[in-house]
Amino acid sequence: MTPLAGCLLVSALLFSIGLAGALTRRNAILVLAGIELMLNAGNLNFIAFWRFGPHPEFLTGMMFVIFSIAVAAAEAAVGLALILAIYRHAHTSDVSEITEMKG
Amino acid sequence: MMRPDSVPWIVRHLWLIPVLPMVAAGLSALLKKAQRKMSAGLAIGSMGIAFVLALMAFAQTLAQPVVRVNNFPWMQFGNQWIVLGWLLDPLAAVMLVMVTFVGLLIFIYSLGYMAHDDNRGRFFCFLSLFAGAMLGVVIANSLLLLFMCWEVVGLTSYLLIGFWFHRPAAAAAAKKAYITTRVGDLGLLIGMVWLYSQTGTLLFFNQGTGCLEQGAIAAMGAHLAMGGRAVSTAIGLLIFCGAVGKSGQVPLHVWLPDAMEGPTPVSALIHAATMVAAGVYLVARVYPLMTASALEVVAWVGAITAIFAACIAVAQNDIKRILAYSTVSQLGYMMLGLGVGGVAVGMFHLITHAFFKALLFLGAGSVIHGCTEEQDIRNMGGLRRFMPVTFAAYTAGMLALCGFPLFAGFWSKDAILHAAHGWGVSRGPFYLGAAGALLTTFYMTRQMYYVFFGPQRVTDATVSAAAVAKHAIPAEAIEPVVSPRQGEVCIITDPHESPGVMTGPLVILAVFAVLLGFVGWPAWPWFQSFLAGKTAMFDWSGFSEPGLLPVMMTSTLIVFAGLLLGWWFYGRKPIVRATDPDALERLQPGIFHALANRLYVDEFYGVTVIALTRFLAGFASWLDRWVFGGLVRLVAWLAIGVGWLDLGVDKFVVNGGFDEGCREVARGGRLLSHLQNGRVQNYLRVLAAALVVLTVFLLWGHRG
Repeated sequence: MTPLAGCLLVSALLFSIGLAGALTRRNAILVLAGIELMLNAGNLNFIAFWRFGPHPEFLTGMMFVIFSIAVAAAEAAVGLALILAIYRHAHTSDVSEITEMKG
Repeated sequence: MMRPDSVPWIVRHLWLIPVLPMVAAGLSALLKKAQRKMSAGLAIGSMGIAFVLALMAFAQTLAQPVVRVNNFPWMQFGNQWIVLGWLLDPLAAVMLVMVTFVGLLIFIYSLGYMAHDDNRGRFFCFLSLFAGAMLGVVIANSLLLLFMCWEVVGLTSYLLIGFWFHRPAAAAAAKKAYITTRVGDLGLLIGMVWLYSQTGTLLFFNQGTGCLEQGAIAAMGAHLAMGGRAVSTAIGLLIFCGAVGKSGQVPLHVWLPDAMEGPTPVSALIHAATMVAAGVYLVARVYPLMTASALEVVAWVGAITAIFAACIAVAQNDIKRILAYSTVSQLGYMMLGLGVGGVAVGMFHLITHAFFKALLFLGAGSVIHGCTEEQDIRNMGGLRRFMPVTFAAYTAGMLALCGFPLFAGFWSKDAILHAAHGWGVSRGPFYLGAAGALLTTFYMTRQMYYVFFGPQRVTDATVSAAAVAKHAIPAEAIEPVVSPRQGEVCIITDPHESPGVMTGPLVILAVFAVLLGFVGWPAWPWFQSFLAGKTAMFDWSGFSEPGLLPVMMTSTLIVFAGLLLGWWFYGRKPIVRATDPDALERLQPGIFHALANRLYVDEFYGVTVIALTRFLAGFASWLDRWVFGGLVRLVAWLAIGVGWLDLGVDKFVVNGGFDEGCREVARGGRLLSHLQNGRVQNYLRVLAAALVVLTVFLLWGHRG
């Protein structure tokens, strides 16, 4: 097993855990945590492909991941703010109860 | 070529003469109701100026008796220009002076006659329009312009006959006049078009190329129409058709007596002095077009009209109707004069007749006015005591009409009879004319005795409440022929002389009726020479022309015989009661009734021409209603059927299809809307499933 395959395997595991969390949790904060896990799985892939790719001497993958983490931090802040706002409005953070946006 | 500056001022501005009265008519039509009083002033003023201009034109032709024309292009028609224009020659000048002078007098007279009429403004407006159009006819140098004015004249005649249109008789008479003259005008129009196609011009005079000048006539004489006669004969006869209609010649005379439904000044101006003479003037104007055979027809038509109308006049009882038939008869004499003697003979009688017939009509109007709108001569009588001025003037007019020696009518009628006597073709017209002259004297004497002599036949008339009611609204009261035998009540209560504004013109016209004949008597034939462009010499030897003196003696004898006959029948024993039968009726009731019924010409037309027209109209109506109307209805039904079909298709196929489609779309939307149930994790689940499917697919595809 090559180091790349190992990394990819870990990343796939991480993604699946995140997906399962996002799909099954009722609490909006835990859904957000699941999403963060999936995002980090993506970041891990970036690093792996960069580190074991043809040009590891350029810092492209690193840069990508730093940007991604920054964007994810911002996204988490916005997501938490949204959840807070919804909580104030609906007095719950259970996503299965917040169904006003249905068709 | 004449340079414009050498054309006299009056020739260049001759158009002012007809335009002035027309402008007056237009202005008075635009006036407000309250200002309508001005329209009489406008009419008389414009007519006065036109009279002065006409005198200037007359003086111009006296100085230079030549044809002066002023042509101008009017409108383009294909690549040809229609050229109109006006002309001044002795014939036109004489007519201008006559029309403006008689018109002016009658306008003034109308002031008095129409004083009580509320629609005076309208009356003067129409009268001015008529005068303008008539003057246009006189000075037109183009048959087209003449025809246009001719039609306006016909229109005003219609409007004025029907002036009291609330009376059914007047409305019917107006329509009759209009339609009857249309028959003649159709001939005139066809003649005009034919003339244009032959000569390419409708101008009378145009420096040698006009249709009355030598070249065009020679060209037309060369063509032969049907029956081997020259085209010019046919054209001349067609133009004569117009004259027959307008001048009331047999067989289109029926409208003229009925035209007396109009106000009396209208009868005097239009239906005695000027408009009806327009036909005679037309023939005189296009005289060079009239070939010998056309003139033969003119002469015979004239002679037959002269005797025919004179016969009918004998048995009429309406004062204006007698004069109307007399007019028809005299117009016949004019045509006879044109046919046998030439322009001067016919025109001389036209001019003298205009004066004495206007005088007679205005006199009759004065009588009618004085007798409170009574028109039946049987209800009059003894009026000479009440109306001395009218009586004197009327006598002058009557003697002039009869052709009493030295009066105007004597010289002009004698010229006609003399020409007829010397006519190479036939003596028939002379005998007819002479017999007509006898009848003329007879019926005028009868009328005089009925109207002015004998006892006043109104004393025994009871003035009923109905009559008083009539008296208040005289315009409504007049029946065309008021017959005492039908129990009509006579309403003459207080005969009186007419005001000075009415008797003044009478006196002036009477002077002319007496003296006018001397401008054309044999010793000094100034009128005839003037029309021919020559100067006249005073010469007693004019009387020595062969056949002239015998004819004069004959006609003098005829006049005296007529007067004697009239006295024998009507003057010997005064007519005492209005209900007494006519003296002639006692003698020959059959003939008298036939004459009183106008020889059944109207009835004859009723069962022939009018019945045919009615039948054709009925047939056309049937055709229209059932054949063409049926077609139209069929098409309409078809359209309605197609419409229903369309509606069905629309409702059930198109609409149904669309509705079903819409319903399906809505159902689909409802179905799909279940997907969007607002649970975020559901969406995510779908995404995850899609990801799995995609991954499996890619992996599978990669392997395959």
